[in-house]
Amino acid sequence: MVDATTATPAATAAPPARRRRPWPATLVWGTAGIAAVLAFALVGAVWTPHPYDGMNISARFAAPSATYWLGTDEFGRDVLSRVMAGAHLSLFMGAFATFISLAVGVPLGLIAGYFRGLREEVIMRAVDVMISIPPIMLGLLILAVTTPDIWKSAGAVGLIYVPIIVRLTRGVTLELGAQEFIEAARARGERDWYILFVEILPNAWPPIIVEAALRVTFAILLGAALSFLGLGVQPPASDWGLMIAEGRPFLSQAPWIAIAPGVALVVTVILINLFGDGLRERLDPRLRQKGA
Amino acid sequence: MLLYFCQRVAYVVGIVLVVSLLIFSITQIMPGNVAYVILGDFAPLEQIHALEEKLGFNDPWYVQYWRWLSQIARLDFGDSLIMERPIGPILWQAVANSAVLAVISIVLVAVIGIWLGVVSAVRHGKASDHVVSIGTYIVLAVPEFFWCIVLIVVFAGSLQWLPATGYTSMDEGFFVWASHLVLPVVALVMGLVAHVSRLTRSSMLEVMQSPYVVAARARGIPEARVIRGHALPNALLPTITVLAIDIGVLMGGMVVVETIFSYPGLGRLLIFGIQQLDLPLIQAAMMVVAVIYALANLLADVLYAFLNPRIRFGKAAHG
Repeated sequence: MVDATTATPAATAAPPARRRRPWPATLVWGTAGIAAVLAFALVGAVWTPHPYDGMNISARFAAPSATYWLGTDEFGRDVLSRVMAGAHLSLFMGAFATFISLAVGVPLGLIAGYFRGLREEVIMRAVDVMISIPPIMLGLLILAVTTPDIWKSAGAVGLIYVPIIVRLTRGVTLELGAQEFIEAARARGERDWYILFVEILPNAWPPIIVEAALRVTFAILLGAALSFLGLGVQPPASDWGLMIAEGRPFLSQAPWIAIAPGVALVVTVILINLFGDGLRERLDPRLRQKGA
Repeated sequence: MLLYFCQRVAYVVGIVLVVSLLIFSITQIMPGNVAYVILGDFAPLEQIHALEEKLGFNDPWYVQYWRWLSQIARLDFGDSLIMERPIGPILWQAVANSAVLAVISIVLVAVIGIWLGVVSAVRHGKASDHVVSIGTYIVLAVPEFFWCIVLIVVFAGSLQWLPATGYTSMDEGFFVWASHLVLPVVALVMGLVAHVSRLTRSSMLEVMQSPYVVAARARGIPEARVIRGHALPNALLPTITVLAIDIGVLMGGMVVVETIFSYPGLGRLLIFGIQQLDLPLIQAAMMVVAVIYALANLLADVLYAFLNPRIRFGKAAHG
């Protein structure tokens, strides 16, 4: 993907020293952090210190100790094991939702930005409508009428962010479509689909990737919120959002049940944000100052 | 300006109509539900069919849609299936309760967010700027529902300063009323304050380097006046748009926050409707949310145009 940026006509004129640009510190730390989170989730999916659903009535509401590092819940289940076992579900929500918004949003954005005319008008007006619904409502609208499960809520979260991806991709496509190498491809008589996917798309990736990294964190948070409301992952499986909801009745006697998955969630989101910011600095210095 | 305003209003009406179609489609996805909720799960099939016929579920969808839409337009929301009462009064009470939360929150977000953003832009690179930047970075990663949990554990649990949940009317004394609002409002505004302050900071930094601000400084105008009189008005343009968008984010947050704090607002009513599968209630609540959201967006567009003369004449409002 980085190679693709250097292939644009503008970049070939840049001095060769640019290739050796070091990674920004945020990207280094973000990558390391994400690797750690992924390792945590992978380990948690196959091995946990205690069985994550193993009940132990004699150790209900145990405070954090040497045996139970993060304490136990109302059934005596080890909180650390549950946080580990829930990690891959929360990450999956973020990844799958982002995949959906990219899979739907990028082609629509390319079409709108390249073909213009009626197709653009239809797509962009549809996007306007979707953006006019408050994000969580769109999710609730989908989940209100069907039985909740993790695929559906991840899909719903993904659909919510389609408009943002469409707008972004269209903008980039408009910019690229006006450049000489596209004109050259047209002059060679290339088909529209070839130009779209072979000429434009590889060059459009950097800003889209940066946005996608940001979307992952929003998707994880929104997915957790839906699970928290009982509209996502269903018991006995448990992601971090649902765990926080399950710990809620016991906040006064055993706050660790809800706090532990919450901290895991926040730390994960901060690390992914760090990674996203690093990517942004690395891939597109112009974007560095833009927005929060 | 008037033409622009009319265009925006027509646009918003169109959007609300499309959204109403989406909301109406819920009944089409599971029409049997209403009859089952009324008659119970074990009602004989003939009774279900008879009731569906009586409620008009066998009419073509556009007839049903028109009937529903004209009812809603007359602000007649029908009866709740679960509570067996007219939805209207319940809904308006919930909207009023939510409005209290929303207005306090958005004012706090605007004041604190802009203030923090301006302070850290003016002290760019100094310790206080770094503290605000790192602080907002972390705060942005914390979802509303986790704020609620933390606030309840700290302020209602350990310190016992404030009530954990519930709501009292103003009749029981101002302080009792206010004490029930503090934690929900804090949970709602944290993330938005961070968002607004980061945005204000970056647009403020951009404006402070622009030629006309440099020129104002060169003319010997005191720095405080350059910031207040020259830089700030322009730096606030994107912030105002974002504030209106944040009303939408706020409404999403209120769904969660109201549920956790058992605050009798629109968000909690909606979740209640969803959990009980009370279709008329879901539709009415969603419709109200959609209209409020559309009005907030309209407000943002008009305000933006009012403050930015370039938009009044061009077509640059939407990109």
